[in-house]
Amino acid sequence: MREEVIVRVGAKVLAPFIITFGLYVHFHGDYSPGGGFQAGVILAAAIALLALVYGLDAVQKVVTPRFVRACAALGVIIFAGVGVVTMVLGHNYLGYNALAHDPRHGQHYGILGVELGVLVTVFGVMVTVFYLFAGRRGRTQ
Amino acid sequence: MLLTLLAAAGLALLRVRNLFAVVMLAGIYSLLSAGLFTVMDAVDVAFTEAAVGAGISTVLFLGALALCGHHESKPGHTPLLPLIVVLVTGGLLVWGTMDMPGFGDPANPVHHHVADHYIEESYPEIGIPNVVTSVLASYRGYDTMGETTVVFAAAVGVMILLAGRLGRRPQPEGKGDGG
Repeated sequence: MREEVIVRVGAKVLAPFIITFGLYVHFHGDYSPGGGFQAGVILAAAIALLALVYGLDAVQKVVTPRFVRACAALGVIIFAGVGVVTMVLGHNYLGYNALAHDPRHGQHYGILGVELGVLVTVFGVMVTVFYLFAGRRGRTQ
Repeated sequence: MLLTLLAAAGLALLRVRNLFAVVMLAGIYSLLSAGLFTVMDAVDVAFTEAAVGAGISTVLFLGALALCGHHESKPGHTPLLPLIVVLVTGGLLVWGTMDMPGFGDPANPVHHHVADHYIEESYPEIGIPNVVTSVLASYRGYDTMGETTVVFAAAVGVMILLAGRLGRRPQPEGKGDGG
C-alpha cells in the first residue's frame, strides 16, 4: 500500500483532523458524548492509520514503543495521583471537592484530571497492543 | 430494521470461512450495534462501540490475520453437542427474564435506587451537563480507576505474551516452539 499516492496523501491530510477530533472528544466530554476512553481510542486510531500507510518503522521513530508503554503506566498514576492529592488536601480519596473552593469547580478539575489519566492509559495501551501485533513476523514469511 | 441487519451480519459471520471476510463482517456488526445504541439514546456507548469495535478491533484482527493466514480450517467435530448446550443455556436465560419487571417501566427498581439522585442532583453537585461523564468520573470514580487499571493490566498481559522475545535473537524457522 506504500506506493499509493492517494492513500498516502489522504492519510497525511486526515491524521491531524483525527487527532484534533480526539482531543475535542476528550475536552468536550463534560458537555457532549465522549471522554477519555473514546478520545484515547481515536488518538490510537490515528497512529494506526499512519502506521498502516507509512509503515511501522516510520511511525515508531516519532511515537516510540517506549513512549507508549510509559503512557500506559503514566495514565494509571495520574488517575491514582488525583486521588492522593485530594487525600493530602484533607478529603476522601477521589473526593474532588477538595480541589477548589467552589465544590463544583473542584469536581470539574477532578473529572478533567482523571479523564486525562484514562486518555493517556487507553492511548498507550491501544498503541502498544497495535505495535506488538503489527511488529511480529508471521510464520509464513 | 437495524436488528434484522444485525442478525443477518451475525448469521453471515457464522457461515463464512474466509477470515478476512469474517473480520470485515465483525466490523460491520459493531457499526450496526453502534447504530442500535444511538437509536436507543445511549450515545456514549455507541461512540465507544464505533471507536473500539468497528475501529481498533478491526485493525488488531487484521494484524492477527497477517500472522495466521486467511483460511479457517474445518472443525473436526459435529456442532450438535455445542448446539444443544447453547439452546439449553439460551432457554434458561430467556426463562430467567420472565421474572424481570417490564422493559422501560419507570417504576422499575433499577430506576429508583441511585438513578434519581444522579439525574436530579448531578448538575447542582458536579456542575457539568453530561450525566454520563459525572457518574463515570465522579460518583463512580473508584470503578473507573479500576477499569483503567484493568486496561493497563491487559496491556501488560499482551506484552508478556507477545514481546517476550524482544531481547533475544529470533529462533531459526522450524525450531521454535511456535510461541
